[in-house]
Amino acid sequence: MASITMKDLVKAYGNVEVLHHVAGEIEDGELIVIVGPSGCGKSTLLRMIAGLETITSGDVKIGDKIVNDLEPAERDIAMVFQNYALYPHMSVRENMAYGLKIRKIAKDEIEQRVQEAADILEIREYLDRKPRQLSGGQRQRVAMGRAIVRNPQVFLFDEPLSNLDAKLRVQMRLEIRKLQQRLGVTSIYVTHDQVEAMTLGDRLMVLNGGYVEQFGTPIELYNRPATLFVAGFIGSPSMNFLPATADSGILKFGKAASIPSANHAAGAVTLGIRPEHLVHDDAGPIKITVQMSEHLGANTLIHGVLEGTDTDFVASMLGHVTADPGSTMSFSALTENLHIFDAASGKRIEG
Amino acid sequence: MLKRVHFPTSLLPYLLVAPQVIITLIFFIWPASQAVYQSFLIEDAFGMSTEFVWFENFTYLATDEQYLGSFGRTIFFSVCVAFLSMSAALILAGFADRIVRGATTYRTLLIWPYAVAPVLAGALWVFMFNPTLGIFPYILEFIGVDWNHYLNGNQAMALVIFAAAWKQIAYNFLFYLAAMQSIPRSLIEAAAIDGAGPVRRFWDHIFPLISPTTFFLLVINAVYAFFDTFGIIHAVTQGGPANATTILVYKVYNDGFVGLDLGGSAAQSVILMFLVIAMTVVQFRYVERKVEY
Amino acid sequence: MIENRPVLNIASHAVLIIGIVIVALPIWITFVAATHDPVRMTQAPIPMLPGGHFWENFTQTLFGGGLSGTESAPVWRMLLNSLMMALMISFGKIAISLLSAFAIVYFKFPFRMGFFWLIFITLMLPVEVRILPTFEVVADLGMLNSYWGLSIPLIASATATFMFRQVFLTIPDEMLESARIDGAGPLRFFWDILIPLSRTNIAALFVILFIYGWNQYLWPLLITTETDMTTIVMSIKQMLEAAEQSPQWNIIMMTALLAMIPPVFVVVAMQRLFVQGLTETDK
Repeated sequence: MASITMKDLVKAYGNVEVLHHVAGEIEDGELIVIVGPSGCGKSTLLRMIAGLETITSGDVKIGDKIVNDLEPAERDIAMVFQNYALYPHMSVRENMAYGLKIRKIAKDEIEQRVQEAADILEIREYLDRKPRQLSGGQRQRVAMGRAIVRNPQVFLFDEPLSNLDAKLRVQMRLEIRKLQQRLGVTSIYVTHDQVEAMTLGDRLMVLNGGYVEQFGTPIELYNRPATLFVAGFIGSPSMNFLPATADSGILKFGKAASIPSANHAAGAVTLGIRPEHLVHDDAGPIKITVQMSEHLGANTLIHGVLEGTDTDFVASMLGHVTADPGSTMSFSALTENLHIFDAASGKRIEG
Repeated sequence: MLKRVHFPTSLLPYLLVAPQVIITLIFFIWPASQAVYQSFLIEDAFGMSTEFVWFENFTYLATDEQYLGSFGRTIFFSVCVAFLSMSAALILAGFADRIVRGATTYRTLLIWPYAVAPVLAGALWVFMFNPTLGIFPYILEFIGVDWNHYLNGNQAMALVIFAAAWKQIAYNFLFYLAAMQSIPRSLIEAAAIDGAGPVRRFWDHIFPLISPTTFFLLVINAVYAFFDTFGIIHAVTQGGPANATTILVYKVYNDGFVGLDLGGSAAQSVILMFLVIAMTVVQFRYVERKVEY
Repeated sequence: MIENRPVLNIASHAVLIIGIVIVALPIWITFVAATHDPVRMTQAPIPMLPGGHFWENFTQTLFGGGLSGTESAPVWRMLLNSLMMALMISFGKIAISLLSAFAIVYFKFPFRMGFFWLIFITLMLPVEVRILPTFEVVADLGMLNSYWGLSIPLIASATATFMFRQVFLTIPDEMLESARIDGAGPLRFFWDILIPLSRTNIAALFVILFIYGWNQYLWPLLITTETDMTTIVMSIKQMLEAAEQSPQWNIIMMTALLAMIPPVFVVVAMQRLFVQGLTETDK
């Protein structure tokens, strides 16, 4: 078991910098999710920690040891790949044992560790099959089994669930979480799926364009997103953003609408309100022109535009709510649920 | 071209390419450059002295009736071999493609001549056409043809063409059949619904669709007829009678090893190298184009 | 097929059978000639049905001195030479091509593209067009009349290298990354992962190369002068020459049959691999 420290990590291809001074500490036994849209550099960061990409500058520390120049095999890590990367010509048993065999571990100990891992993952009856004879979920388990038998200090997961169908994905997500908690191995998990990120991670690192937008617990990210990007990325449906002007505790937005806030901000800001924080209130200050509604059963999404503007707006109402297209609906929101961002920098402005 | 991830640079990759590179240098690059160098030399009849003569060997070849004749014969020979073996293969593949059951059995029975060495193919055909014993001269006599390829140059040429084409049918058949079988069934079925009969379908749809294969086979057959038929010529006619079947490859060998004309043979080698390079380039253009499809 | 036309189906089978007969006729005549006694084989017209001397001809050809009245190695010795040459060429080509393709695909090193082009050039230089200088090199190296001389100059091949390069490029990058995390070095990765993953390609290539090696003619003709090193394929030509004085067609045709059987057997027995090998190496 070990902590991981990323210090001022930079990755550049030639003159193009793709990761900019990434820093962060991961505690022993923690599961950290690196999340972001495709191309944000999250896989590159993971592969730098794994030793599959060179580090342009900065340091990666596993435990107290700087591992920048160590081969992947010397870093005491295990990795689960998106396409599993099982060796197709080896049986499940051989796949799991391969790394141990190279490390010249005694045969009976290898066998014992493979059996243990197989028990944990319930893949005992597949041990003699070839990967192509297994289903997607079974392959996924084998890929994890291969990581477990190594008994490494760190698990690295590179979008391991993205090749599975939706139902299996939810199931495997829970299993990965349980397994990680049971083994207590420090883990880094990369995904582009914010739901996966929110449910799995002790903490989330949100990456965008090679920059760390925010690094914190899921609740922190949800309640106090540090930037417009995080605010829009975390939560579904996405937060509504309204251009607004702040003036001594009053936010003016849309066509002559305003809402009081406890924030000291002044000037041009962006007002963010999550769809689920809107309350239907005929006297409310937020008026929208309804375009359509989606009925999801447990709740209803009402899509429209802010009255008199073309700013899109979504409200999420509990239960079944009817709203005719073309009609006007009014909402209010609690002051503590208003998020205010600097219009120019997109940074959160704290009360 | 290269993997995204690779092993760190070390001495190892050099050791890995070394065997191939060394063999290539010693047995390919060095002899080829020697051939180019020698093509600029003339050696006197006793091998006592050599003289550097620039392009004299080439200009001599350009005016040498025998060489030009050989060039023309090689082209004639190649065209005949390609046409004969490709059309036979096309017909057989067209029918084999129609067959539902037993297609693989037919394939098995048709492909094995590929494994017969050219010189053996020559030996079989020279035996069948042996003027005193062979079965074909015996039959031909009944229709008034007097067969003796040892004396008749045209008959000799016909014989080497038959032998060379026979051996190549297997190869062409395999590629034609594979091309036909890769045409989507639905396309042919659509044509059938449009009212096209089997023959019409073949000419209107199947043949145009496999035209890339036809082109590819043309190049391959030309290379085969130019360079791989040495054994057939050597076994059947030795270039005779009166040089009637001396194709370019045979002439290089004959002038070099039998006639001991070092410079002339080398100059012919250089010309052949250019021909191979041209054919290879054509072939690669074809491959590239196919990738784009 | 699409429409049900019994007449056309029968015609298809008929055409194919005629085709097979034409293709097989030379072999049939060879076989028949190998089953008769020498006297019968000097009388025209030659027989079209097998005779009863197959085993007699077989043993005389295989263990006797070839044609009577000429000086040559016994045919079993020639078969052995051919086998050695074919195997050395196939294994040699596969080995050096695997290694160089591995280096070119999995390593980034100075002059990588230079080596690639150097290998590529060999594609353009078949042995027939540079025969004399290549012969001189082999003679200077003292490799005449040896298995090395028969095989090594023929084992450099761009085609095989290209094929393996193609195969390696289709193997996912994650295989290498996974192996690196497992602690496998380059050679271990090559041996434990790459070779097993390319084994059908190796087998397919082997079939093609075995035939290529076995059927070599001009090259062994030039570099073997001792009868002990004669290959079976080149011996046919010598027998044809001898036949002009003393025609022993039964023995010649039996030799031809023996020379044909190994490669034909390989093609027929490994048909699937053969077809795969042929289409892969030429495209």
